[in-house]
Amino acid sequence: MPRVKSATSPSITKMSSSTSDLRLIQEEHGEPRVLSNGVLGMSLFILTEIMLFAGMVSSFTIVRASSAIWPPPDQPRLPIEATAFNTLALFLSGFFLIMAQRRFASDRDAVRNPLMASIGLGVFFVVFQGWEWASMLGQGLTVTSSILGSFFYLIVGTHAAHAIVSVGLLIQAWHRLQAGWLQPSQLATAAVLWYFVVGAWPVIYWRIYL
Amino acid sequence: MAESIPVGHGSDDADHGEHGGHHEMTFGEKYIFPLDHKMISMQYMFTGMFMAIIGGFFAYAFRMQLAFPGMEVPGWGHVSPADYNSLVTNHGTIMIFWVAMPVLIAAFGNYLIPLMIGADDMVFPKINRLSYQIFLLSAVIILAAFFVEGGAFGGAWTAYPPLSTKAEYNLTPLGQTFWIVAVALEFVAFLLGGINFITTAMNSRAPGMKMWDIPMVVWMIVIASILFMLSVGPLLAGGIMMIFDQQVGTAFFDPDQGGDPVLWQHLFWFFGHPEVYVVLLPAVGIVAEVITVFSRKKLFGYKTILYTAIGTGVLSFTVWAHHQFISGIDPRMANVFTVTTLLISVPIAEMMFVYIATLYGGSITLTTPMLWALSFIFEFLIGGITGIFLGASGNDIFLHDTYFVLAHFHYTFYPIAIIGTFAGFTFWFPKMFGRMMNDGLGKLHFWLTVIPFNLIFLPLFVLGTAGQHRRIFDYTNFPDLALPWMQDLRVLATVSLCVMLGAQLIFFYNVITSWMSGPTAGKNPWNSNTLEWTATSPPPHGNWPEGLPTCYRGPYEYSVEGRESDFWPQDEPA
Repeated sequence: MPRVKSATSPSITKMSSSTSDLRLIQEEHGEPRVLSNGVLGMSLFILTEIMLFAGMVSSFTIVRASSAIWPPPDQPRLPIEATAFNTLALFLSGFFLIMAQRRFASDRDAVRNPLMASIGLGVFFVVFQGWEWASMLGQGLTVTSSILGSFFYLIVGTHAAHAIVSVGLLIQAWHRLQAGWLQPSQLATAAVLWYFVVGAWPVIYWRIYL
Repeated sequence: MAESIPVGHGSDDADHGEHGGHHEMTFGEKYIFPLDHKMISMQYMFTGMFMAIIGGFFAYAFRMQLAFPGMEVPGWGHVSPADYNSLVTNHGTIMIFWVAMPVLIAAFGNYLIPLMIGADDMVFPKINRLSYQIFLLSAVIILAAFFVEGGAFGGAWTAYPPLSTKAEYNLTPLGQTFWIVAVALEFVAFLLGGINFITTAMNSRAPGMKMWDIPMVVWMIVIASILFMLSVGPLLAGGIMMIFDQQVGTAFFDPDQGGDPVLWQHLFWFFGHPEVYVVLLPAVGIVAEVITVFSRKKLFGYKTILYTAIGTGVLSFTVWAHHQFISGIDPRMANVFTVTTLLISVPIAEMMFVYIATLYGGSITLTTPMLWALSFIFEFLIGGITGIFLGASGNDIFLHDTYFVLAHFHYTFYPIAIIGTFAGFTFWFPKMFGRMMNDGLGKLHFWLTVIPFNLIFLPLFVLGTAGQHRRIFDYTNFPDLALPWMQDLRVLATVSLCVMLGAQLIFFYNVITSWMSGPTAGKNPWNSNTLEWTATSPPPHGNWPEGLPTCYRGPYEYSVEGRESDFWPQDEPA
């Protein structure tokens, strides 16, 4: 079999045609990478995360469906409207991150503002959520007060933990940008996790709050 | 963390100056906190072997109790009912999560993937190191449970609530939480490992190595890692819920307060069944490498095996409720799960036939690794066939929780975790340590392991069909289960177990003496094609300091017509 080196070999053509919108990131060694190591590794991690949340949310759905009385009596109502507003903030944050990534290719300096906006809105989401937790605890919804409370704090808390870690990665990317080190693949790696945090939230909102 | 963008195809998170063998490393850098994939592999391998000794010792202690109720077991003492529960629970947990997983996936995956695809290391060496450290921590926690108040958890390795969530039932208030924390940490470790394996195999292959040139064992570890990553999430969720139930006082699994105990069973088995294939596939891959080399034939149906493995993986997510036929699930659902369970035996049977077709007409050499590989096919076949009886829901209601289930399980996991591991270990020993193993001692060890293995579990099939329930501490309290012939079979199984455990001393003796003074192996003692055999034995840091190899062809070009030698290494230009 002839040595495969050029970018026109059959397998490579096949690969790039199926993922035509993705830029080939590196070609120095072996077959070109469609995804950088960081993005591929993070995407695989997110596969597990999706299944983790699927396990929690489907457990909640089963328990809720098999309960005779729902929601449990004497428990406060979840803040649907306030959280809808917060969801909007999270979406906006994701939108600004997409903008930051798109601008990266052409102009590094243009990345700053959208990335800052994205981080700011992310922090706002987490803080708002924390404030909401405090008010729910004040109204008598605790981890042990009912099965609703248990699932609420478990699922929303797991999501919040992901949001905090993910905002931390974005802040790290911001520091690298300031220092002039940031590479597109590094920003993309952090962004993939943030898109997951943004994308998982509406599902949680729909299943838990509504 | 290195701030330079990676060049070449090396690691993303390690300093590149470390590779190439020029940098002098301290003892700690090399052996205690290594970044090198081979050293991390050895850490996993030897931790796994250590845990196997502990798991085997547990089996010895409770089998002695079953064969000779009430005796003072040498090395353990009197086995109390609480001891018995802890021993069986931790035997199962340790053998699956701290022996089969670390050795088959983590040790072989770490060792083989970079070497077989022609890379200098994993793409994320630091994550790799972190993976082992978390794994080691989890191993310490599971063993530490034996020394806390109340002792180690004894609610069976499946940990069904409410037994596992209420300390007033299981009497191990701390042990129960140690158990679930250890299991959860262990999953995190393999999650990190799996990310590494898949990313490395996809992004770091040698120039010219296309999808169909990847050796089968690498494919199998990649597919197994994907299965693991897709299935472990729900069990992690369940694990977190269980810790909350135990220590915070929530009621996720408590029906009195609105929870659902069967929920745990679903979360557990949604992971638990794919887990069987997570450990099966690497063993199947190892056997593929061994039988092609020692029958000097091309692997029959490379793509067939690959597609079959993927199909098995997909199907494995649809069979989990066959563990719950008597847990009160709807009989109509039981029918669906019966069908999917019987279906999954088709791809596995196909793999068996493909391997037999590979052997057919080959020039077979019965070396030690080959014996292990052949016995894998034979023994796993018994495990697979007995599984069909259990998959049928009507039959399962009769056999549920008997020793038939237990014997079936061991006829699948023993070939995977023990026979498959020995096949791989004896096959790659020359590469790992640079010396040949003693073949005579290897064969003696093989026969003294495989024959007693069958003598342990064949009697248990008989006992299981006679109605012997599995979770009983002392059968003399049940006159129907304590007939003389039944007790004789129990003694037979226990004596065989002792012989088998004793035979492992031969293995350890063989490893140590061969490591110290065996004949030098050279680069390619088995005349094998794959890339790891082009590195020196043992491979240095960076694997190929003189430059990474290039791949020109598939991994199984044996006995090609018109060539003088009967093998054709992947890196040899045409």
